Amino acid sequence: MSILTKQELDYLTHKLKRRPNSVETDIIGVEWSEHCSYKSSKKYLRLLPSKGPRVIIGAGQDAAALDVGDGYVISVHIESHNHPSAIEPYGGAATGVGGVIRDIISIGTRPIAILDALRFGPITDPTLTTSSKSKWLLKNVVSGIGDYGNCIGVPTVGGEVEFDSSFEDYCLVDVASIGIAKKEHIIVNKGDIDDLIILAGGSTGRDGIHGASFASAVLEDEDNRSAVQIPDPFLEKLLLEATMEAVEHDCIKAMKDLGGGGLACCLSETADSLGRRFEIELENVHTKHQDMSAAEIMMSESQERMLYITDKSKLKKLISIFDKYEIRHAIIGTVKDGSTVEIRFRGDIVASLPSNVFAHAPLLDRPTKPPLYLDRLDKKNKKEKNNNHHSSSRKDKSTSNYIQSDKDDYNLYCLDMPKDIPDINEILIQLMSNPTISSKRWIYSQYDHEVGLRTVLKPGCGDASVLRLENGKFISVKLDGNSKHCYLDPYNGTMGCLSESCRNIICTGAKPIGIVDHLQFASPEDPEVFWTFVQTINALKDYCKFMNIPVVGGKVSFYNETNKGPIKPSPVIGSIGIIEQESWIRESGLRDGDSIFIMGFTYDEMGGSEYYEYLHNIAQGTVPEVDLAHDKLNANAILHLIKNNVAGCVHDCSKGGLAIALAEMAIQGDIGITIDLNRIPNSCSRIDNLLFSESHSRFIFGANRAAEVTKLLAKFKGLYFAEIGKADKKSEKMTFRNVNVQAGTQSSNFSSIPAGGVIVVVDVRLEKLAKTTTVVEDIMSG
Amino acid sequence: MQATSERLENKHKIGIVVFPGSNCDRDVYSVLNNDLKVGADLIWHTNDKITKYDAVVIPGGFSYGDRLRAGIIAAHSPIMDKIKQMAKDGIPILGICNGFQILVESCLLPGALLMNDSLNFVCRWTDLRVDNNKTPFTNHFCDREIFSIPVAHGQGRYVADKKTLKELQKNNQIVLRYSGDNPNGSTDCIAGICNPEGNVMGLMPHPERASESILCPKPGSNKAIKIFKSLVSYLTDKNSYDKEDKFSGTDSRSSSRILYHSINKTKY
Repeated sequence: MSILTKQELDYLTHKLKRRPNSVETDIIGVEWSEHCSYKSSKKYLRLLPSKGPRVIIGAGQDAAALDVGDGYVISVHIESHNHPSAIEPYGGAATGVGGVIRDIISIGTRPIAILDALRFGPITDPTLTTSSKSKWLLKNVVSGIGDYGNCIGVPTVGGEVEFDSSFEDYCLVDVASIGIAKKEHIIVNKGDIDDLIILAGGSTGRDGIHGASFASAVLEDEDNRSAVQIPDPFLEKLLLEATMEAVEHDCIKAMKDLGGGGLACCLSETADSLGRRFEIELENVHTKHQDMSAAEIMMSESQERMLYITDKSKLKKLISIFDKYEIRHAIIGTVKDGSTVEIRFRGDIVASLPSNVFAHAPLLDRPTKPPLYLDRLDKKNKKEKNNNHHSSSRKDKSTSNYIQSDKDDYNLYCLDMPKDIPDINEILIQLMSNPTISSKRWIYSQYDHEVGLRTVLKPGCGDASVLRLENGKFISVKLDGNSKHCYLDPYNGTMGCLSESCRNIICTGAKPIGIVDHLQFASPEDPEVFWTFVQTINALKDYCKFMNIPVVGGKVSFYNETNKGPIKPSPVIGSIGIIEQESWIRESGLRDGDSIFIMGFTYDEMGGSEYYEYLHNIAQGTVPEVDLAHDKLNANAILHLIKNNVAGCVHDCSKGGLAIALAEMAIQGDIGITIDLNRIPNSCSRIDNLLFSESHSRFIFGANRAAEVTKLLAKFKGLYFAEIGKADKKSEKMTFRNVNVQAGTQSSNFSSIPAGGVIVVVDVRLEKLAKTTTVVEDIMSG
Repeated sequence: MQATSERLENKHKIGIVVFPGSNCDRDVYSVLNNDLKVGADLIWHTNDKITKYDAVVIPGGFSYGDRLRAGIIAAHSPIMDKIKQMAKDGIPILGICNGFQILVESCLLPGALLMNDSLNFVCRWTDLRVDNNKTPFTNHFCDREIFSIPVAHGQGRYVADKKTLKELQKNNQIVLRYSGDNPNGSTDCIAGICNPEGNVMGLMPHPERASESILCPKPGSNKAIKIFKSLVSYLTDKNSYDKEDKFSGTDSRSSSRILYHSINKTKY
């Protein structure tokens, strides 16, 4: 596998003032791989807003740390293991969990939750040859995450799954973790002269060599199995407990986990961040095989290994803790004054590299070019807009007949049902049976999501996972992505993921305090792919600056493609929020007697919608945009209703649109609902657009004191909201009606509906809807 | 109902055994110390002082990573020899999830715990029915009372041969059964059993996870805390504890008298 490019080798030679030897080339090759060095993306990541009053440790470290008050700190980190999981899904996914957990541990925090965001090729089409492989990948990824997380006793509390043909024969496996510690226990790496460098945990073997480089190149058909690391969660659990005990006894001055690039990356980055010289005796490393070379030891990605720096006075205590947990350990070096990393092996100096060169690959200036396919799609969109008399542009609200007003003054807006739309009831059932939308109970019931006694909002109950903290507060966490939106419009698609992720935690009553991002693309060497990456960065920058939410961490994963082609741009956004009081926590199920409200405006934004893509196989159309001002307004308004105990249950509209959101709230509450579609603020040209558009910033909530809603929302100028229906325990159905309240005020659409007429658009039994929740289980057990 | 909130420190203490790989030790500790205000200590498996405790809890988790078989390595740990002796002396021993697996592998309880019939790990809430409310762990429940509790295990399917099963049924050793939904295919819906003397009990579900209302799917359904409250009552109110016909169908008086007698002799 070629590692350093010619330019990189020349640069290195110039910096060292000599040619590097083969060991040095090998180990620098690993550190300068895209996976470890971020040489393509670093320039752009620096543009992201990452500071804030709560940010204790920001972007660029092993994990981020946010102040949650009362002397407590929450840590967060996200990682992916895409390439290894595509080859060996069980080991790849399991070691992905291992890696992110060790990052949380390495700043001195105890991991308290895991979340996973997974992407696979479609599993519903039995004629698709890749369908059975996608099922195999899903089954084993879930098994790997479950077995690892369950064994170490950290609950996997939430996540999301998306199925799309661009992931055929491949998969994206993102894992995030949250940790907690008292502020004074956070490890901010320090190293003084004569401090000892200790490697502890698993033995170093040949597994995973070139894993980082493997993740920095396109997957080929040849067997890359040696690059997949082997998991041992029991050892990780021992490392976890030993480290927590060592932190409590103040035995650790610096810590870093060993992940991609093994010792090479770990030593270079740590030496560089401490501004010290490291003298390493490599033969002290405990190895799996007797005959490993220096380069192999440096590059190995054997799992469950951590690096610790301690001073001589604390060594005995630290060793006794490792011995208690029977963890193998070795003193592999000493901290000295200077700035080189010097590796000795069996008496010889095999490598000597200035750490600021070692740890900082020359950054690349990748060219960008708007993808051709976007140009083609744009032309198609324009053509359809001109042909379709009924379509209204997003900004043009003049065709909208909705006036923001109280419920007695609804203006009439009744949508014609074009003859070519089939039975909406059937469409609804099909969409609810879409694995991307359907209940993920088959997955999360394989994850122990209760261990630790913190999981207050369990998977499936609300829009995000809510965990309780020692100080009486709660955190809400969610991961969200949407590759279909991001493919059609990378900028707006990414904005949408940000909005959706924050919306989800807001639904549970939380105020967002931080964001982590995982940006996943194909090869950065392709200017069109790199262009989409830059759009994603711009969206992150714009959204987070406007909302004043810091981007405290993240990862970039390039080279996600197979010989079938690149993946769709897949940024995954993790949002973290704080819920100050238990009484603000909200689930999504409707309650008997609830008046149902919608907040936000629905547009003809069908591009990338599950309706278009899953049902009609159309990858085209206007992708939903985020109106930042309205996004913020709606968020503030919903939180205001929650805090004043007026909104009793909240759910946001996302994949599948408001029809799916309403169905989910009805199923979750096990309660019948009746909705008048004509009351929904919208500018849609067709009934199916209204139901399935994925416009952003929309919340649906239930309130049993409807009058209070209008009163409390009066101060939010320009807010769109309306009462649209009722929840009724006696009714066992979900009914959507389209009511022509007055005659003669509209466009020619109305001809078929007389004044006072009602069209029943959806009338489906709750139990039929509820049956769709077992879809994933049926597919995976079939 | 007997009073339970009396602080037990310096009088009676509960020892929570911690093996390498135990995960739910701190959860049990939290419920006992913070919610019930009982003196409970975490005891590392190499610590000899376990013998000084009046009750032992073996918590859930993945002791030794479930290597070879869940609970088998822990069962051969030196601390289990001490716990076996304590069991003989009538000390209450409660095994939760992995703890139940360890008790079965230690032969302190009969039968075996095999892989769930779904072949998958299962984490969800279910309901249990109390079929023996006369043990040190269930005396706060009414006979046939039903309560909610979560399970989280991959190897929770209880099996036993016909003869053992008959014995269990005859001796009232089946303490808890899954009511309605059996999450793992256990024979006779068995969720928890005790030894003939009644002082050793193992159950697969996690009572510590259903002891606080905020963690339960329905507010106020945290009845599982009664398992711990029962134990606390048993330890504090031994004098007034009804010894008659408690645990076994046969020879109940003599066995319970021996039990009571040895508890009184226990020193710190």
